[in-house]
Amino acid sequence: MASADLTARDEGLRDLLALIEPTLGDSLLASSIEHGELTLRVPVPQIVRVLTYLRDDPNMLFKELVDLCGVDYPERERRFEVVYHLLSLRHNQRIRVKVATDEATPVPSVVEAFSTAGWFEREAWDMYGIFFSGHPDLRRLLTDYGFEGHPLRKDFPLTGYVEMRYDDEQKRVIYEPVKLRQDFRSWDFLSPWEGSGGLLPGDEKAKA
Amino acid sequence: MPDIQMQNYTINFGPQHPAAHGVLRLVLEMNGEVVERSDPHIGLLHRGTEKLIEYRPWLQNIPYFDRLDYCSMLCQEHAYVLGVEKLLGIEAPIRALYIRTLFDEITRILNHLLNVTTMALDVGAMTPLLWLFEEREKLMTFYEAVTGARMHANYYRFGGVARDLPKGMDEQILKWADEFVPILDDVEALLTENRIFKQRTVDIGVVSVEDALDWGFSGPMLRASGLPWDLRKSQPYAVYDRMEFDIPVGKNGDCYDRYLVRMLEIRESLKIVRQCIAQMPEGPWRIDDQKVTPPPRREMKRSMEALIHHFKLYTEGIHVPEGEVYAAVESGKGEFGVYLVSDGTNKPYRCKIRSPGYVHLQALDFMGKGHQLADIVAIIGSLDIVFGEIDR
Repeated sequence: MASADLTARDEGLRDLLALIEPTLGDSLLASSIEHGELTLRVPVPQIVRVLTYLRDDPNMLFKELVDLCGVDYPERERRFEVVYHLLSLRHNQRIRVKVATDEATPVPSVVEAFSTAGWFEREAWDMYGIFFSGHPDLRRLLTDYGFEGHPLRKDFPLTGYVEMRYDDEQKRVIYEPVKLRQDFRSWDFLSPWEGSGGLLPGDEKAKA
Repeated sequence: MPDIQMQNYTINFGPQHPAAHGVLRLVLEMNGEVVERSDPHIGLLHRGTEKLIEYRPWLQNIPYFDRLDYCSMLCQEHAYVLGVEKLLGIEAPIRALYIRTLFDEITRILNHLLNVTTMALDVGAMTPLLWLFEEREKLMTFYEAVTGARMHANYYRFGGVARDLPKGMDEQILKWADEFVPILDDVEALLTENRIFKQRTVDIGVVSVEDALDWGFSGPMLRASGLPWDLRKSQPYAVYDRMEFDIPVGKNGDCYDRYLVRMLEIRESLKIVRQCIAQMPEGPWRIDDQKVTPPPRREMKRSMEALIHHFKLYTEGIHVPEGEVYAAVESGKGEFGVYLVSDGTNKPYRCKIRSPGYVHLQALDFMGKGHQLADIVAIIGSLDIVFGEIDR
């Protein structure tokens, strides 16, 4: 996308934001326009009201919930973010709405407003353990029957905890703690100069 | 006469059923031959792609996108590459954009050929599958000639494509396109007015525009319901804004319309393929920024700087500036989107894959309610689902 297009897009998004701001008032915690995309942050209890407004207002008409997903930031006080992506076919706009939550705080389900949220919320529950209150059928979706834990959390190991095999003596599939012949090799290729900002050995002497 | 107690019973459909298009396990609650409720159990092909992506450098994640929906490989790479390019603030050179458009359309034809023929197979027509899989095979030889692999291409790169088209590729593709049209006509002659095919598909799984939006439909599923919405037109990427093509739209939103839309889209894709080849300019096929693309082999042998760049690119990998983007393309099945969160390191912090098939399969319960068991098979065929992308 050429930069001229991008500025034109930003212009349209600023107009859109100017319409949203007065209506949402206090329930709009923050907003930003980056990479030609508009992001709104709203409080957890307001999410259904905000999405319904975005769906029904004639200036918005975000009729389609394109995506809903969780993101995990373990270092934050409220570690999960639930991200909603909406699409307005009428106005050819996209918008992103975010709420922050944790393991204990349920997020009101938006299934009533968008039927498509059903599986997305089940997946977020499955992968992150984010609880959606009022969801008609909040079962696990993608993981195995009887799976424990929430695999996309940052503190869940990539290799998992159990592995499965067919046991010829018991004539059934059994689960065992995962045994690796070789440790999972996660190379730290980050350059110490441009990388995650760690100190190089000897750096402490510079201040002395 | 004593009262007869009628009770619904549940049956298991799949995960080994040939009409389940992969590993779909469907628990159907039946009232006689009529389906009351269907509960798809998915995840039997879950490989944890999103988790794996968080542990790989940006570049090494491209192959995972081939393996999602293994019928529209390059379209998915396109979404990921677009997202990363957006974060990096770079744009591929014009020749690369043409190559991407060309191969997105070849991929779309591959995808539609698979779907149309397997759907016909599900409702009892075997010949289209035999005829059109031969054409798929020919398209895959183009894939192989250009990318080195029949299916899992790993071809698009940040800021371009991996290598240029081989010499003479354009004539071969044009020759194929000419030979393909009569075969497509033959298949249409077999299916479109076929009495059995129409009996099985017309008025089955009807979706109105409102329902389609509520259930998040996109791609041919949405267009068959009558909404002319196509990301290639409405939010053009690559060089789709320079292409002339039409968007086929259905009227009734039933299985038959979805079939028709896909058949017409194949012809539109052929138009785009021809235009791409006619307009494609000469020039570089990836950007000349050695922080993103590797230096040419020749240079690496002589220049120390080029050698260092190459080494850093293939060990540490590129660093993508902090931020988040959502990039979407119109894949054969609908809107394929990638939501990327970067924390500024050489690996994605979060990559959410929004696959169209996942959304469409969710609506199966709503679409199939009150239909007969055999109609569920036709509906699943028309949904165009591939489990690689649904289970991820």
